[in-house]
Amino acid sequence: MPLIEIDNLHVTFGKGRDAVRAVRGVSVSVAACESFGLVGESGSGKSTILRAICGLAPVTGGNIRINGVPMPKRRTKAFSKRIQMVFQDPYAALHPKRSVDATLAEPLAIHGIAGRDERVVRAMHDVGLDPRFRFRYPHQLSGGQRQRVVIARALMLEPEILLLDEPTSALDASVQAEVLNLLARLRVERSLTYLMVSHDLAVIDHMCDRLAVMQNGQVVEQLDRAALANDGAVEPYTRALFRASEHDTMGRVFPE
Amino acid sequence: MSLLEVETLRVAFDTEAGPVEAVRGISFAVDRERVAIVGESGSGKSVTGRSILRLVRPPGRVAADRMHFDGQDLLALSERRMRAIRGQRIAMVMQDPKFALNPVMTIGDQMTEGLRYRDGMSRRKARSIAIEMLAAVQIRDGERVMRAYPHEMSGGMGQRVMIAMMLIPDPDLLIADEPTSALDVTVQAEILAILDDLVKQRGMGLIFISHDLRLVSRFCDRVLVMYRGKIVERLDANHLERAQHPYTRGLLNCLPSIGGDRGALPVLNRDAAWAE
Amino acid sequence: MKALRRDWLLDPNPASRGQARAGQFYLGWLRLMRNPLAVIGLVIIAILIVMAVFAPLVATHDPIAQNLAGRLQPPLSPGHWLGTDEFGRDIYSRIVYGSRVTLYIVLLVTLTAPVFGLLIGTVAGYFGGWIDTMLMRLTDIFLAFPRLILALAFVAALGPGIGNAILAIALTAWPPYARVARAETLTVRNSDYIAAVQLQGAGSGRILFSHIAPICVPSVIIRVTLDMAGIILTAAGLGFLGLGAQPPLPEWGLMISTGRKFMFDQWWVATMPGMAIFIVSLGFNLLGDGLRDVLDPRSTGK
Repeated sequence: MPLIEIDNLHVTFGKGRDAVRAVRGVSVSVAACESFGLVGESGSGKSTILRAICGLAPVTGGNIRINGVPMPKRRTKAFSKRIQMVFQDPYAALHPKRSVDATLAEPLAIHGIAGRDERVVRAMHDVGLDPRFRFRYPHQLSGGQRQRVVIARALMLEPEILLLDEPTSALDASVQAEVLNLLARLRVERSLTYLMVSHDLAVIDHMCDRLAVMQNGQVVEQLDRAALANDGAVEPYTRALFRASEHDTMGRVFPE
Repeated sequence: MSLLEVETLRVAFDTEAGPVEAVRGISFAVDRERVAIVGESGSGKSVTGRSILRLVRPPGRVAADRMHFDGQDLLALSERRMRAIRGQRIAMVMQDPKFALNPVMTIGDQMTEGLRYRDGMSRRKARSIAIEMLAAVQIRDGERVMRAYPHEMSGGMGQRVMIAMMLIPDPDLLIADEPTSALDVTVQAEILAILDDLVKQRGMGLIFISHDLRLVSRFCDRVLVMYRGKIVERLDANHLERAQHPYTRGLLNCLPSIGGDRGALPVLNRDAAWAE
Repeated sequence: MKALRRDWLLDPNPASRGQARAGQFYLGWLRLMRNPLAVIGLVIIAILIVMAVFAPLVATHDPIAQNLAGRLQPPLSPGHWLGTDEFGRDIYSRIVYGSRVTLYIVLLVTLTAPVFGLLIGTVAGYFGGWIDTMLMRLTDIFLAFPRLILALAFVAALGPGIGNAILAIALTAWPPYARVARAETLTVRNSDYIAAVQLQGAGSGRILFSHIAPICVPSVIIRVTLDMAGIILTAAGLGFLGLGAQPPLPEWGLMISTGRKFMFDQWWVATMPGMAIFIVSLGFNLLGDGLRDVLDPRSTGK
């Protein structure tokens, strides 16, 4: 049984004439410990799907089931221990007036988990943050360091599913490599299930086993990694994306 | 003599904790050619572009041994003379057209404003020039776009309008600061092709500021790689593989590629000596 | 030693929560000190506080001791450098003691109105819907009355006296803070960092008090310092109308009120407390402007 099942999902913002149908009948399923990618350009509805899973976007039709159980109407504490999210913009995802320590300790306080000090220090160590940064504020950190804090925060409750919303698109290329490596390592170490959204086909290809290509709120094609590498994409839109990404990925310039 | 000559440019920002040097003594020259300045955030590449146009505001301070454009000393010019250069002879395209266009004016009014009030052109003549420019950036229904407001356009369309607008006064030098970073990948290629064509046809100089070394190498002549306010390497864009500096090589290698192996991506081990 | 303390405060890697907070505070202090007008405002308010605390030492006379033989002495007369009023009381000493009343009013109003306004505003902004509509219409009703008239009505109902005057001012002062807090809440309620804490299972109370309120507090503080002049003037206005502090309490507004009778022949009786109100209001305004640069959430962070 798949861990995440999304069945004919519809998300509509607004009502009547101003209604925007952001997601129109998307069905996707992700197995436990799998890494699944959603690729598309801005406005394709890929991020909205992640937000709908978290209850942050209005679901107007279809079902989302986690481990066979339909999503609860109200977010429960049990739910937040299973699913967490990493946001796109590390500048907007951290509270500007709270230190790294306060941000990481918050989920522990909410769930009444003891051992706050050692857990915060361990979490920082796990994501490769210097423990000296513990009492810094977000504006004293670089983009990459902030994104590590965001990842550490998402892992504080030891969830099984991590929703990744363009986790590296706001970062520099060299920092992107560090964060992608970190995410790949954490997935193996903690047997996490990833549902990852990106506009960058190469990033999705690097991180995910299977992927769905989205356009205008719909999935136009689903394929696995081997098919993509062997130029097996059929849909013209997928091929266009592929060509655009290929320019940038002529392979490593220098051998290691 | 080159079109633009910059010698030991320094830009510092005063903060509570003391001055922070964003650009630390860089020298370069640009002719009617395409030069890329590449670096990551905080490398000082954008500040370099802005200081050429003297757009760095206090608490920023700009100093240079020499900063000449077409024989004029940019640092010594009065603000009035500088205005005559800004936009007219050196134009700038910013990253996000959303913030660079006036949201309450139609595209047509914004494009013809300069022609009508500065050059005293008639409304009809100005409009025809604007439409001609829009056609040059491959906007065919120029009449309709002229009536539109910025929010009615997609990012790619907005960026084309920006480029068209900047090219109306026929500048000698164009500074493009991450002109495609806010755009979708499929649109990026189009915008770059348009920019490339225009620069070649008109024989302009181009300073292309970007974080993306591969992208830049496809259509620039020379590449300057910046790290922490210094130029660490100067490369011929056709021969990126000749890069010597570990930073440049690291930048080229750290991107994932489709069909590549899933092993850990190579990361940069930043050496404190690079910043020296 | 001094350099050592500075290093400790500006340490980019603070070792404890306390040090981190102190460091942030110190940076804000440095930024405030770079604004000369704000420093002037701060000095004025510091003088006001010192004057209030050490009033018995600073004053030269008993503020309510009458001396009918020496009534209405002009300024710079021996022993009374600001002159005396109609009962021969030393005006300078009365102004010094009056600063206690002013400070008392300012303190009590700032402890009540902004807190209440912040509560109403954040709750309305965060929950939206009918809660928002109801609370904001209530705010509008209060805003629709001129502040002094409403305060007058309250005092008339509650009875004159300084305590009731403060209560009346607080009751009329909160709506602008509710507005400011609501506007600020609306801008952050859909931000990613609020979404993140919602995802962690936090309840509304925790989100409101430990995540949204800290974002709104700076705007409210700025607004309070800028409003302080208005609050002092309202208090003085009530005193002037005989509804605030009661004689012989040396309240500045009351002093102007009694001085009015002698305005043409003994101008100093009304003018001296008027100057005091003017200078203190100016001080709060200057400080408020400076604080705006330091506290504005949009200017920090970068």
